[in-house]
Amino acid sequence: MFATKFDYQKASSVSEAIQLLASNPGAKIIAGGHSLLPMMKLRLTSILMLIDIGGIEEMRGISVANGILRIGALTTHAEIADSHDVKDNAGILWETAYGIGDPQVRNRGTIGGNISHADPASDLPTVLKVMDAKFTIQGTGGIMRGGSRTVSADDFFLGPFETALGENEILTTIEMPVLAANQHAEYAKMAHPATSFAVVGAGIVVTVENNICTAARVAVGGFTPIPTRGPSVEQALVGKELNEENIVAATSLIHNDLGSDVFGDVFASAEYRQAMAAIELKHAIYHATGFAHHN
Amino acid sequence: MNIQLTVNGKVQEKDVDPRLLLVHFIRDDLGLTGTKIGCDTSQCGACVVSMDGKTVKSCTCLAVQANGSEITTIEGVSNNGELDPVQEAFWNNHGLQCGYCTSGMIITTMELLKKNANPSDDEIRDGLKGNICRCTGYQNIVKSIQAAAEVMRS
Repeated sequence: MFATKFDYQKASSVSEAIQLLASNPGAKIIAGGHSLLPMMKLRLTSILMLIDIGGIEEMRGISVANGILRIGALTTHAEIADSHDVKDNAGILWETAYGIGDPQVRNRGTIGGNISHADPASDLPTVLKVMDAKFTIQGTGGIMRGGSRTVSADDFFLGPFETALGENEILTTIEMPVLAANQHAEYAKMAHPATSFAVVGAGIVVTVENNICTAARVAVGGFTPIPTRGPSVEQALVGKELNEENIVAATSLIHNDLGSDVFGDVFASAEYRQAMAAIELKHAIYHATGFAHHN
Repeated sequence: MNIQLTVNGKVQEKDVDPRLLLVHFIRDDLGLTGTKIGCDTSQCGACVVSMDGKTVKSCTCLAVQANGSEITTIEGVSNNGELDPVQEAFWNNHGLQCGYCTSGMIITTMELLKKNANPSDDEIRDGLKGNICRCTGYQNIVKSIQAAAEVMRS
């Protein structure tokens, strides 16, 4: 299958890529291309010009400093799944990266591309939301012309395949606080058997002190337009001991946070996914806290 | 657009349309038809080649994205007519029936064994997640990979 005809330019720096974007209306950024190319080949989209940022070294790499894990947008899922820095500081992300697609998809697909694509069935948006990630965006607009701005994961995802990225902007860096010793994080998903995409995905980060949950961030995705925080669940968890009764009671409240816009398909109806969201959240908390065996 | 890349040790320079896929470049421009097109939607793995030491699905990579890279296809796996231990093991253990998936299976196996010299059956099946075989049920493929791993360890 061939995409419709397009022009191609390779950018060697972020500023060059932004300039190319600004001077070529209708141009689109390509990184690993593992979301974009299939869409172009299936003619779900038609792009006039691709700007290839795949060779920009400054957008690559993983580092930890001052309690912040920093990942360049061009870092592949395979590099994240192979990183000790990610494993030690954000195990939830490490494990999630390994669960994406297959080895070849992980070798080419990038974290920045995944987020910018904002597929509702993707895992990373949900995980980055509970990890309270911040995204650095560079472009011609922003606070200063030619400057950069930071958008939180909570504000970045606007709808299916729709993000806060402006026309001439590029996502360059993903940052998140490293998990403290008393913070437990987990992503549990019901994966589509063929594609590994999330039928239902549930992410949690809980802070536990003296056996009591003192803070919680919860989000579900895969069946909602964007990853959806669960404030009802979060409020019900905080101040409670994380025992089976409290976990089940809190996670069952997720339906209050979902609204009416939930997806279903031939594999799993919207009603079923909604019910499974509570179950996956429960599993995530069980796993994260080592409270009970997966059941 | 003019691209230059090394395929199986040989430098290749061609003028290509940006929308040309790497798999078509390999098969049609270079005539290396060991790499197959199966699903054409990055699911099946028949088109897997090694690019700069990492396996990629060449149906989901533009030829222009591979500019400057080093590619190994199934034709570049054997050494002066001598089969690689992975090829040998697939042959000896009946690791294929129709053979359509085999090029991709072997390229994937080579990366898998480079990362993990002594994989369990589960780790092998996990590593083959992106390669689909519709004949064998994978039993003999897993057996072949275990046999190759053993030969390569010794």
